[in-house]
Amino acid sequence: MTYSYYPGCTLKTKAKELDKYARASAEALGVTLEEIEDWQCCGAVYPLALDEIATKLSAVRALDSAKKEGRDLLTLCSACHHVIKRVNNDMLTNDDIRMKVNNYLKLDTDYVGETNVVHYLEMLRDTVGFDNIKAAVKNPLKGRKIAAYYGCLLLRPAKVMQFDNPENPTILEDFIKAIGATPVITGYRNECCGGYVALEDKSIPQKRANMILEEAMAKGADTVITACPLCLYNLETNSTIENKPAICYFTELLAEALGLK
Amino acid sequence: MTVNEKELAERVIRISGVNTKKCMKCGKCSGTCPSYDDMEYHPHQFVSMVEKGQIKKLMESKSIWTCLSCFACIERCPRSVEPAKLIEAVRVCVIRQQGENHLKANAVPEKLDDNMPQQAIVSAFRKYSK
Ligand code: SF4
Ligand code: SF4
Repeated sequence: MTYSYYPGCTLKTKAKELDKYARASAEALGVTLEEIEDWQCCGAVYPLALDEIATKLSAVRALDSAKKEGRDLLTLCSACHHVIKRVNNDMLTNDDIRMKVNNYLKLDTDYVGETNVVHYLEMLRDTVGFDNIKAAVKNPLKGRKIAAYYGCLLLRPAKVMQFDNPENPTILEDFIKAIGATPVITGYRNECCGGYVALEDKSIPQKRANMILEEAMAKGADTVITACPLCLYNLETNSTIENKPAICYFTELLAEALGLK
Repeated sequence: MTVNEKELAERVIRISGVNTKKCMKCGKCSGTCPSYDDMEYHPHQFVSMVEKGQIKKLMESKSIWTCLSCFACIERCPRSVEPAKLIEAVRVCVIRQQGENHLKANAVPEKLDDNMPQQAIVSAFRKYSK
């Protein structure tokens, strides 16, 4: 199975591990990620205002590029996934946005939301299957207690993201079980890390990150995993608690379990 | 309500797509808001203040910069009012004015550290500047 792949800016710079181990693991699981050409930054936040058009164009260009290849578009960074999935939904359901975007882009054929947007975790769950991952694991992470930190962007709004149950998600816990470790479930796993407000007032992500990590520690987690570079940053860099658990991308653990790291 | 405020209220309604009349004032949006303590006006107050046309107070409030865009209030509102869309609309009414960018490019270098991902900087620019 081959997907068109949209890595996004951060995976080319600060989050290289998220990307590198995703590619290697996918290949080992029989999935090829073909990076689309000339992709542009998605803008990292979905433009909520209905009259924002220019800020949605780069997502549509990526979607159209996958459409031309006749493939699903695979994303990995939570923010890229959120933006591209929601813009795609606008192109499918909002006549005004669809018309204005197409008037601007003047593509050979109008883009009307044809591309399927798939997150890497959805690919693991729905295409590869967690049972097959379990079977492919060479180095099960036995004894490791791992807390999944979902954050906001993959889950909400559930109506559009259709990723998992927004209040009681299981995909990352199923992933953790597939690689042989024990999931630790926390109440804050789907509450915000403080996000971009790190540039406005660091004390806000600091409070959030400390709360999230303290709960994970109290429940005995040795590791916290995420799919989002901004979550990882806030948990790692903007928290102030001592002896915190290891914080890493889920793809790093996948590669470790598959014996690729 | 001055005419100007009325126009602003209409603009906020138009670009947010929110119907404030659906709100049943249960307060669940504010109860779930992770930025509650760092806001002057809370999500449920955005709904009632937009309905009353009190946009200027909201435009001057720090709440528009401390909303995390976590979408908790959107997901958990039992009436699908989606208060964060109002916060976004008020914020864009501010930053679309000439010279009213909240985050200026020359202020960024001192905010950086070695670990800060590009995603953080791009998001902040999208939220705080035009
Ligand atoms: S989107 Fe903003 S207002 Fe709504 S719950 Fe999150 S931080 Fe609060
Ligand atoms: S949760 Fe929805 S209905 Fe309840 S106060 Fe907030 S906006 Fe109104």
